[in-house]
Amino acid sequence: MPQQTFILNGRSLTVDVDDDVRLLWVIRDIVGLTGPKYGCGINVCKACTSHLNGKAFNPCSVRVGDISATDEVTTIEGLADTVDGELHPMQEAWLEHDVAQCGYCQPGQIMAAVAKVRQKGGSVTDADLDEIRNICRCGTYNRIREAIKAGAERM
Amino acid sequence: MTPSSSTPDSRGRSGVSRRGFLGYVVGASTLVVAADLRLGTPAYAAVPSPPQIAELYDLEDLQTDAARPTAQMITIAVEKDGTATFALPRMEVGQGITTSTAMIIAEELDLPIEKVRVSLAPARPELVFNQLTGGSNTTVSTFTPIRVAAAVAKGALLEAAAIELGSAVALLESKAGVVRAPDGSSITYAELAGKAASSTTRQVEVDLKPASSFEVVGKPANRVDARDIVTGRKKFAMDLDVPDALPTMVCRPPTLNGSPRALRNRGAVEAMPGVSDVAVVDTGVAVRARTFGQCIDAIRAMDVDWKPGPIEGESDESILAELRRAEAPLAVPKVPALAKAIEAKFTFMFRSSAALEPYAAIADVRADRAEVWAGLKSPIVAQEDIAKATGLAQSKVKVNVITGGGSFGHKLFGDHAIEAAKISQAMGKPVRLMWHRADEPRQGRVHPMATSRVRATHLAGQVLSFEQRHTSVETDFSHGLGEMLTSSAAELPAGLGNLGFAESIFALTQELPYDFGAVTQLLTETDTRFNTGSMRNIYSPDVRTANELVVDQLARAMRKDPVAFRLQFLKDVRVRAVLKKAAEIGHWGRSMPAGTAQGIAIHKEYKGATAVLVEIDCRPETVNRKVRDAATGPRVTKAVVAVDAGLVVNPRGLEAQMMGGFSDGLALALTSSLHLRDGHFLEASWDNYFYTRQWNVPPEFECAIVNPGLDQPGGAGEAAVASSFAAVACAYARATGKLPTKFPINHDDPIRFEIKSFVPPVPASPTDGLDHTY
Repeated sequence: MPQQTFILNGRSLTVDVDDDVRLLWVIRDIVGLTGPKYGCGINVCKACTSHLNGKAFNPCSVRVGDISATDEVTTIEGLADTVDGELHPMQEAWLEHDVAQCGYCQPGQIMAAVAKVRQKGGSVTDADLDEIRNICRCGTYNRIREAIKAGAERM
Repeated sequence: MTPSSSTPDSRGRSGVSRRGFLGYVVGASTLVVAADLRLGTPAYAAVPSPPQIAELYDLEDLQTDAARPTAQMITIAVEKDGTATFALPRMEVGQGITTSTAMIIAEELDLPIEKVRVSLAPARPELVFNQLTGGSNTTVSTFTPIRVAAAVAKGALLEAAAIELGSAVALLESKAGVVRAPDGSSITYAELAGKAASSTTRQVEVDLKPASSFEVVGKPANRVDARDIVTGRKKFAMDLDVPDALPTMVCRPPTLNGSPRALRNRGAVEAMPGVSDVAVVDTGVAVRARTFGQCIDAIRAMDVDWKPGPIEGESDESILAELRRAEAPLAVPKVPALAKAIEAKFTFMFRSSAALEPYAAIADVRADRAEVWAGLKSPIVAQEDIAKATGLAQSKVKVNVITGGGSFGHKLFGDHAIEAAKISQAMGKPVRLMWHRADEPRQGRVHPMATSRVRATHLAGQVLSFEQRHTSVETDFSHGLGEMLTSSAAELPAGLGNLGFAESIFALTQELPYDFGAVTQLLTETDTRFNTGSMRNIYSPDVRTANELVVDQLARAMRKDPVAFRLQFLKDVRVRAVLKKAAEIGHWGRSMPAGTAQGIAIHKEYKGATAVLVEIDCRPETVNRKVRDAATGPRVTKAVVAVDAGLVVNPRGLEAQMMGGFSDGLALALTSSLHLRDGHFLEASWDNYFYTRQWNVPPEFECAIVNPGLDQPGGAGEAAVASSFAAVACAYARATGKLPTKFPINHDDPIRFEIKSFVPPVPASPTDGLDHTY
C-alpha cells in the first residue's frame, strides 16, 4: 500500500493508504482527528473546512495522493498553535459571542472565518460574510457574523 | 433551603407542603441526593368548551402529566473533588439544556457552574415516558425536580458543615462551593462530600430559593460545552472511540422505502480496497470498510436488484391531489347574511428535517447483548425497537445517548440506531454507521406535505367565525409521544382520548389566540407511506402561517392596521405584550420603499408567546441576485423577535433559540422544500435543499425578552419557528401585493440544480478540492 506523508497540525506524519482516499477520511478514520466534520462529502456543506498552507480547503474533496510531504494541513485542533496565546482570536470571539448551538458545523465555520478574514485583508463587510457557504442547520448565522467581525479586529 | 421536619397535615398533592418539597439523601460513599422527576408541576383544570383545548391543557401538560404515574428518581452526586454530577434524562442537540441544567444546579447548590458536570443519561426504561426530549418540554418538566435535588444536597452539606465547624446550620453561609461559619472558619464542598454522605436512604423536606434571590438563573451564561466546540474536542456519535467499530454505510434504494432483493456483484464489492464486510439488510446493502470514503466507493460499485418502494410513480402533484380529496368540508357556521367571508387555501410542501450531523450510530451486537451509541431523543423506544430487531431482551441492550449535531425532530426516531444494530448483528462485528448526505433528504424523515383551508367571516367590525381545515400526509408519532398519549388517555380532558394520536396532538398544540367568535381547527390525515416526523414545532409553522396571513386579510378588509387589529382581538395579555414589544423596537409602520415591506405575526405555545417583525426586500435587483448553486429570491433585511418564555433560566440561550427558530421559519417561507417526482425526492445535497444560508440571513437581527414575572419556565426550542414563518409570509404578501398560497414560495420555480443519480444513490467524492481554496 502506498505511503502518504504530509504535515498535520505542525507534525509530519506518514500513513499507509491508497492515493485515492480523500484526505477527510485519512484525518478522521485513520489518524483519528475528529474536529473536521462530515456533512456532505461533496464540498457543499463545508463542515470539514480546514487549512492547507494557510488557506481554507475541504479535505472531503482532495485525494490524499494530491498532497505532498511539505504541505501543511491545519485542522481546528491545530488552529490555536498557529498563534501566540491559548486560543486563536477567532476562537476567542466565538466564545465571547457564544456562537455555537449544537456545535457540529462550528470547527468548519471557524476555519472558514479565519481564511475569509485573511482573504479580505483583515476586515470583512456584510457582502463578504454573504460569501461564506458553510451551513449552520441550527441557524446561528447572526452570531457567526458578529463573531467574525470581532475576531477580524484582533487577527 | 435547609432540610426541615415535614408536617404531614400541611402536605397537598404529591405529599408536598405548600412551600416545601420532598427529596432524598441516598445511601452512598459520597453525597448522593435524589428527587422525583414528577415534582412540582401544577395540576391543570379540566377543559370546558368553548376555549380551545390547547388554551387550558396543552402538549406541555400532557408530557408533564404522563410522567406522573411512574416512580422516577433523578440523582445528583457531590463528588469528593467538590464537583456536582448529574445525568440528565434528556438529549442535548444544541438547544442548550446541559448549560441551563448546570445553571439550575449551580443556583440551588451555591456552586460555580464550572463545577457542575451534566451528562446525558443512557436509556432508563423505568422512566417510561419521562425520557423523551421534545415539545420544548425539558426545562418545563425538569426545572423543579432538579432544584429539589440540588437543595437536598445543599442541606446535607450544611448539616455536615455545622458539625465540622461547630456551628448551627442556620448560621452558616454557602457560596461558590464553600461553607463559612460566623467565626470566619470555612470548609469546602470537596471536604464535605464524604462527610455528608449517608449510609442509609432518608427522606428530607426542603424549601427552594425564592426567585428574588437568584444569582445564576436568569443571568446570561455561555454554553458549558463552548470551549470543547471551538477547539474541535466535542464528540458526536461518529467521533467516539469504540474499538473495531469501522466505518459503515448503506447503499439505499432508488425509490423511497424500496428494498433490496439481491446484491449481484457481492464478490467484486468485497474485493474492493478497504472493504471488510457486506450485508444485505431490509433498508439496503450495508458495507463496512476502513474508511467512509471506501464505503462510498463500494456503494457506487454495487449492482443491486431493487424492489420498488410503496410510492413508486407518485409526485408532488399526485400527493397534493390526494390531500385535496381528503380535505374535510368547512362547516359554515350560522352567521348573518350580510357578513363578509374571506377564504384562502394554502399548500405546504414536503420538507427535510435532517440536521447537519447525518443519522449516525455505533452498534456492537453480540450473541447475548448489545450496546449502541447514538443521538436519540427517545432512547427507551429505541432500546425496545433494537431488542425487537435483534431478538435480545430489552435489559440486554444498553443504549448510550450522545449529544447530537442538531435534531429538529429528526432524532426523535431511532432509525439510525436500529439500522446499525441490525447491520452489526448481520456482520457479527461492531459498526460505525453513517448515512450519506444524499440519503437524508431522499430516505430520511420529512415534514409531511399539508394543505390548510381557512374561512373567516366578519361584520360590523367583529370577526364572527374562523374555521380551519388542515389536511396532511400522516405525521409519525410512534417515537413515544403517541404511547404517552394512549397511556394518559383516560385522564385527559373530555373528548381528547377519543381522538387518534395525530388529532390529539393537533388539538393539544393548536390555539388561535384571537377572539374570533366560532373557531374550529380540525386536522385530517392521509397517506401513511412516507417517513415523516415532528419537524421543529410540528403543525404550528404551517397552521399559524395560514392563520396569520388570513388575519392580515381580515385587518385589510376591516381597514385596520395589522398590529392594531391584532391588539384589538388578542385574548391573552402575554401575547399582546410581545406584539407591542416587537412593534416598538422594530419601528412598526415606518415608511418603506415600494417592493419592500414590514410584516408581523404572533404565536402562543409552550407556555409562552412570541412576536416577530421582519422587513423584506422583494425588489427585482434583490430577488434576481446571483449566488452560484443557491436560492436567492426575496431577502429579509431585518428581523426582530420578542419572546415571553416564562421564567428564563439562560437569556443568552433563549436568544440563540430565537435566532435559530427564525432561520428555520425563514427557510420554510422562502426557500426550503423537497420535490417529489417518480417516487423519489430529488434533493440530495445542501445545494439542492435550500436551508437558510449566509446570503439569506437578515443582516439585522434583534431579540427582546419580555418578562412576565412568572416563577415557572416555558419552552424555547421551537417557540420562534411559527411566528417567524408567518411574519416572513405576511411581509412578502405586503411587499408584493400578492397573497402567497404555496410554501416555500420558490417551490414551483424551475429546479435549479442538476439532479443527482438515484443509481448509484450517492454522488462520487470530488477530487478538485485544491481548485477551491481561499
